[in-house]
Amino acid sequence: MSSIEHRVIVGLEIHVQLCTESKMFCRCAVEFGQQANSRVCPVCIGMPGVLPVMNKKAFECSVLAGLALNCRIARFTKWDRKSYYYPDLPKNYQISQYDMPLAEEGFIEIPVGGGRAKRIRIIRAHLEEDAGKNLHTAGSFSQVDLNRAGTPLLEIVTEPDLSSGAEARSLAVELQRIVRYLGVSQGDMQKGHMRFEPNINLAITKDGQKFRTPISEIKNLNSFRALERSIDYEEHRQLDEFLETGAVLETGSKTTRGWDDDREITVLQREKEESHDYRYFPEPDLVPVELSDEWLERIRERLCELPLSRQMRYVDQYGLGEYDAGVLTAEVATSDFFEAVVACGAEPKRTCNLLTQVGLRLANEKRCGIDELGVTAEGVAELVRMVDHGRVSAGAGEKIFETMSDTGKDPDLLAEEMNLIQKSDAGELEGIVDEVIGENPQAVEDATSGGKKSKKAVGFLLGQVMQRTKGRANPKVVSEILAGKLN
Amino acid sequence: MGKKIDEDQVRKVAKLARLELCEQEVEDFAGQLSAIIGYVEKMNELDTEDVEPLAHCLPVSNVLREDIAGESLGTEAALANAPQWDGDFFKVPKILDGGGGA
Repeated sequence: MSSIEHRVIVGLEIHVQLCTESKMFCRCAVEFGQQANSRVCPVCIGMPGVLPVMNKKAFECSVLAGLALNCRIARFTKWDRKSYYYPDLPKNYQISQYDMPLAEEGFIEIPVGGGRAKRIRIIRAHLEEDAGKNLHTAGSFSQVDLNRAGTPLLEIVTEPDLSSGAEARSLAVELQRIVRYLGVSQGDMQKGHMRFEPNINLAITKDGQKFRTPISEIKNLNSFRALERSIDYEEHRQLDEFLETGAVLETGSKTTRGWDDDREITVLQREKEESHDYRYFPEPDLVPVELSDEWLERIRERLCELPLSRQMRYVDQYGLGEYDAGVLTAEVATSDFFEAVVACGAEPKRTCNLLTQVGLRLANEKRCGIDELGVTAEGVAELVRMVDHGRVSAGAGEKIFETMSDTGKDPDLLAEEMNLIQKSDAGELEGIVDEVIGENPQAVEDATSGGKKSKKAVGFLLGQVMQRTKGRANPKVVSEILAGKLN
Repeated sequence: MGKKIDEDQVRKVAKLARLELCEQEVEDFAGQLSAIIGYVEKMNELDTEDVEPLAHCLPVSNVLREDIAGESLGTEAALANAPQWDGDFFKVPKILDGGGGA
C-alpha cells in the first residue's frame, strides 16, 4: 500500500477599498448604490487629454495600513500603467504600482486558537484604481457601470504562508478588523470593500517522493465563507487530480478558476494567452510621491493598538475568555467603549458580560454602535459597581441597562424608580426568613437532615424568600441567614 | 545586422494593442521600430554607473489634492457620446468569461 501525505499552501491577494469621499484621481464621489454612470467624469471614464490628480487621503490611508502591516514604507514611490482591454476599464489601462510599491516586506499576525498567533508575511501593498462593473444579466449583450471606476484600492499580497481555508479566513477577518480600527476602510463585505484572490497548491509526499501540484488562482471572492470554502474545495480537487493524472507544477502551469457560490465548486476559466502581458510602463501623467520624515511621522501618529493585540491583552490582563475578548474587539467602537468603562474603575469581567449580553444586543437591534446607545461609560461603570456590590441583581442590571439606553437616566435613580434595589439588610431579611421557616416545617426537616434532599430543600426555602420579596432579596445574604438558622 | 525587432514581435505587439496591420505594415514597422531601438541604444555608449534611474522626467513630486468630492457628469452626459447604451448603462458585446477586475 502506498503512503500519501499532503499539505495545503495558500497565498492571498486582497483588494481593500479605501474609505475616501472622492475617487483616486478625480473628484467624483465614491458612493455605493447610486444611479449607474452618474458618478463619472472625463477623468475616470478616460476621455482624451484629461489629467489625473492623486487623492492625498488615499495615499495616507495606504501608508497607514502599510505601517499596521509592519511593512517597510517607500520614501519614494511612483505609479505605472497596467494595460489590458476590458469593457470595465475605460482607459484601457489601470493606474497601479509595479516596481516601486509604497509598502513591502511586512507581516500580519492571525489568531490560531489557544491564545497563539501565527505570522503571515506580506510581500507588498500598493495603491491602485478600481475598474467599473460589468453586468451580464441583460441577455444578448453586457452592461457597464463606471461609477466604481477610479475608486482607490489597496492591493495586499501575502507570501504563501497560509496552510488552510480556515487560516485564510482568519487572515481576512483580522485584516478587516485592522482596516476598520485604523479607519482606512469600512471593510463592508456587502459593498465589495474587500475582495480576495487565493493562490493554492499542494505539497504532496508519496512513497517518500515530494511533489507540488499546479497552482490555481481563484478570482474575485467577496465573502469570508467563499474564501474558506473555495480553498477547502481546491485542496480536495487538486489531490484527486494528482492521484488521477499525476499532474505536477511546471513553469506557467498556473490556472485561473472562478467560484460557483451555488454549487460550491471552483470552475476553470478560459484565458487568452496574451492576457498576462500587461506591458507596464511608468504613468507619465502622475509625478512621484516623496514621503518626508515629518509626513511619515504624522501618519504614524494615527496608528492605534491593533485588534489582535487588544484581544490578547484582554485575556492576559483582565482574565476574559478568548471568545469574549474577540467579541469585544471585533469593532473598535465596542472595544473603546469597554476600555472607557473599565477606566472608570468597573470590574472587567462583569463589564464584559453586560456589554456583550445586553449592550451589543441593543446596538444590533437599534443598528448603531454600542457607543451610540445613549449610555455613558461612567453610567455603565456605576451600574457594574451596583451589581458587584449586590445593590441590584445581575438580572436587574440588564433591565437597568436597557432603560438607561431608552431614558438616559443614571442607574442608581433607575434602580429606585424600577424598584430593583436588592434587599441586603440582614435585619429585614431575617424576619422574612423566620416566617418562611415557620410555615414550612417539612422543608426545614429535610434541609437539616442532610443527604440528597437537603440541598433541594434549602433551594426551596430560598425560593420562598425570593418570592415573598418579589425577587428583590439579595440571594447571597438570604443564603447566609438561612444557613445560620438551619445549623 | 539582424533586425532588433522582428516581424513576429511586431505582430504580437499589434495584437496586444488591438491594431490590425497588413503584411506591408508589419514589415515597415519592424524596420522603423528597429531603427528607433538602435537610436536609443546609442545611450549605452554613456557611462551611467553612478546615475540613479529616473522614475519621472519632471523634477516635481507630491502633486496631491485634498479628498473632497465634487460634481460629476451625471448619467445622461456620461452616455451622450457612447455608440450604444441601454438605460443607464454603456452597452457592450456580451462578455462571456470572468476576468477583468482590478
